[in-house]
Amino acid sequence: MITLNRDRLLIHKDQDVVILRNRVKEYATKIGMGLVNQTKLITGTSELVRNMLRYAQGGEVLIEVVSRGRENGIRLTFSDRGPGIADLDKAMQDGFSTGRSLGLGLPGTKRLMSEFSIKSAPGEGTTVTVIKWKNG
Amino acid sequence: MKASTIKMLQSKKEQIIELWMENQMEDPTLREDLMSNEDLRVQSIELIDTLLHTLNEGNSTQVESQDFEPVFEILAGISLSRARQGYTPRETATFIFSLKDAIFSVLGENISDLSLLNQELLEVSKLIDSLGIVTFETFIQGREEVILRQTDEIAEISTPIIRVWDGIIALPIIGTLDSARTQIVMENLLVEIVNSESSIAILDISGVPAVDSLVAQHLIKTVSATRLMGAECIISGIRPEIAQTIVHLGIDLSSIITKATLASALRQAFTMLQLEVTKVRKDKKV
Ligand SMILES: Nc1ncnc2c1ncn2[C@@H]1O[C@H](COP(=O)(O)OP(=O)(O)O)[C@@H](O)[C@H]1O
Ligand SMILES: [Mg+2]
Repeated sequence: MITLNRDRLLIHKDQDVVILRNRVKEYATKIGMGLVNQTKLITGTSELVRNMLRYAQGGEVLIEVVSRGRENGIRLTFSDRGPGIADLDKAMQDGFSTGRSLGLGLPGTKRLMSEFSIKSAPGEGTTVTVIKWKNG
Repeated sequence: MKASTIKMLQSKKEQIIELWMENQMEDPTLREDLMSNEDLRVQSIELIDTLLHTLNEGNSTQVESQDFEPVFEILAGISLSRARQGYTPRETATFIFSLKDAIFSVLGENISDLSLLNQELLEVSKLIDSLGIVTFETFIQGREEVILRQTDEIAEISTPIIRVWDGIIALPIIGTLDSARTQIVMENLLVEIVNSESSIAILDISGVPAVDSLVAQHLIKTVSATRLMGAECIISGIRPEIAQTIVHLGIDLSSIITKATLASALRQAFTMLQLEVTKVRKDKKV
């Protein structure tokens, strides 16, 4: 997989959610991603960035345009230095929430994306990497 | 800076002000529409007074010292008010940097020892640069306040409530439905249900760019609150791509009446109120 373009955004306030979503949308439009996949990508982005703000008081998002074979896509890496997640299996279950919300952000985003991976440990922050292929 | 230099500057205060005012007036972009020359002079004098009063041999290279707080305070006040009045960053920066030229001229005229002059010029330059940075920081802060205020205003004005029929109100939501927005929408909606004695509210989300789990939760809460008031809530404007995304995300909206368009929501509302829309047939008169 090769990276064609990269962009970094710092996240520390609610208003950054809209800024990030718009930036991701720009890149998705540029590679010609269709409306349905774009909407899935942006909604997943919204989930992950809100988690970052809510549970880790912010962090950093890396936006990359990647290419593998003939397929182009967008890769996003959300990294924060928050408290981390103690039980990842639980956090990935539908309906599990420590924030009295719907508990669909992580498992739902996994379903919306083409690829999803999460790394987290208590005290070490959380990193979520996702890819949405243009036709994925 | 040498005590003698500071003393000299203090004695030439009037000249510095005149030179500074001249520099500012010379700037072709000066905004006489935003501030009268008289106000500009008052601001300039206040700043020079405080600055020359604060300066002494010990602190002239220590801009971070507490001594300079009154100067920064005046400067912050000036740039905040300029930001609010719509001055550009260039205009605001010119205000403080044109002071440098004025002080340079006075130093040049009055100090003949070249190495001393050189040293004093350098110090004044550094000092004014620091003042410039403070001016800029507070100017931006002022702009951010304006932006925040506008955000609040947009939140207020972008949630109008429309009485579409007796007993039916509609609320088009445009933009991102965050927690603060939802609060406003919900309050307005509940008040309007009571005021208009409506039994059906249509929430149209055609203008909402993304429905994530937080927005969905807000929508569900709003529907529950409407039902507690004895009214029914229909959500319309769910575009196909949004419907697909909601399903994948795992959000269950089955307890809510949802429609693709405002028109179909209205049709549903008429049915619920046992109303019928029919075409009038015009009989031809003989
Ligand atoms: N960046 C993060 N840092 C720490 N904890 C997190 C982070 N993201 C998610 N979590 C934890 O995982 C849980 C599940 O997240 P999610 O699926 O988005 O549901 P929700 O946000 O509704 O709780 C959260 O309640 C929280 O405890
Ligand atoms: Mg979440």
